[in-house]
Amino acid sequence: MPSVHHVSAKSGDVIVLVGTMKGAFVLRANGARKKWDVGGPYSIGSPVYAMAFDQRQGRRRMWWAQQSFRWGTVLCSSDDYGKTITEPETYSVKFPAESKLALKNIWQIALGRADAPDTLYCGVEPAALFESKDAGKSWAPVKGLLDHPHRDRWVPGGGGMCLHTILPDPADPKRMTIAISTAGTYRTDDGGATWQARNQGVRAEFLPEKYPEFGQCVHKIVQHPAKPERLFLQNHWGLYRSDDSGNSWKDIANGVPSDFGFCMVVHPHDPDTVYIVPIESDEYRCTPEGKLRVYRTRNAGKSWEPLTRGLPQKNAMETILRDSLAADTCDPAGIYFGTRSGKVYGSNDEGRSWQAIIEGLPPVVCVRAALVGAGAISSPRRRGGAEKKKAGRKSSAARRAPKRKAHGRARTAKR
Amino acid sequence: MPVSIRIPTYLASFSGGQSAIALEGSPDTVREALDSLWRVHPALKDRILDEQGEVRQHINIFVGEEAIRFADGLATAVPSSAEILIVPAVSGG
Repeated sequence: MPSVHHVSAKSGDVIVLVGTMKGAFVLRANGARKKWDVGGPYSIGSPVYAMAFDQRQGRRRMWWAQQSFRWGTVLCSSDDYGKTITEPETYSVKFPAESKLALKNIWQIALGRADAPDTLYCGVEPAALFESKDAGKSWAPVKGLLDHPHRDRWVPGGGGMCLHTILPDPADPKRMTIAISTAGTYRTDDGGATWQARNQGVRAEFLPEKYPEFGQCVHKIVQHPAKPERLFLQNHWGLYRSDDSGNSWKDIANGVPSDFGFCMVVHPHDPDTVYIVPIESDEYRCTPEGKLRVYRTRNAGKSWEPLTRGLPQKNAMETILRDSLAADTCDPAGIYFGTRSGKVYGSNDEGRSWQAIIEGLPPVVCVRAALVGAGAISSPRRRGGAEKKKAGRKSSAARRAPKRKAHGRARTAKR
Repeated sequence: MPVSIRIPTYLASFSGGQSAIALEGSPDTVREALDSLWRVHPALKDRILDEQGEVRQHINIFVGEEAIRFADGLATAVPSSAEILIVPAVSGG
């Protein structure tokens, strides 16, 4: 087994959580984001498809999903960047017996709204949404989606039938948008009781009917909290934007080398700025022309520009998966992505230039970034602002806060 | 001799370090034996069975040398003094 190195982070530092097919890693740098320490691996040997960092109420809690093809999938957490890990004795995310379903994997861990600081969500395979209202101690499936009348006609995509995108609406506590491969986009406006397919205008290239009510293979949707009615969508073929909360979508693949891709992230401070990494075709699934290029729009999809400085532009046959692109909330924002070849790249200047932070990791399947002390962030949905200034104040409060126990019945071990 | 269950090294961290556990009582089936095991070491249950009560796909359970998947599954009979083995499947090339 590899030796495990731990990192420590203080307010103002940036951490990048990296989930791989063989465990989780924690990258740490100061606010300059030039030199990185590498912590981990944690959950050695286990695929980690989902990670999150919860800073609400003064927490510094990492969450990750430890998948084992033998022992099942369990949610783990740590309040000290992996030095002490809590792995529940009894698995907390489980389907009820009457569903006749069994958990295969957890694809997404998302934080609840700011006014619900103990709420967490998990998107899982087979496709379902789980909710915890007690900071992850207990979980229950959202019944309205579990019992959805379309469920029998959902089919798995290449990665499995996973619910991979969870977007609680920051303005409307009863509204949430989720995405499932391969079922498409669904939205609830009544707190999860009912869910309506929201796929109008999104093409299903692989079906006889190209614009069905549902069945699209959505790869990722992002939303900026300052403009929650606007959504951007990276489809299995197709780049789209909705300006009406998903009621309708329009094509925005203007000037990209391929409209196929997996990952997408919105700029933390600018709702018009979005990053993607185009991939060549669903047969080849590598970066086009052997060039590793992040594409950015700064006008909500009217045009896209390649960002290449510091990225290999020759013989770079890379694949970046749906959750492997993330942003921190610094100003200027940091953008990070990981490849299936085990490289993690970062930019500390909003994508103008890039550096290889680490190479040689197992295949990367999840990247999350956070400015430590910046309040709530886990996924690329966080409002920006003067968070560096806030960081110091929150950090002081956090240091005074009593230490929490993550679970009532849990095994906590020094690793 | 009581019925005993031997578990793999990985799971011993959820059973207080024990890899061989002697069961109380006289279970008639593998299911009854496992129920006795859960009562003593509840953390083992979710790691061996999924939430529908099925043995996880890549775990093999033997009664002596008999694989229960080729017998009666969890209803496989357990003779007195038998050893039940819980073994990770090879599951690879």
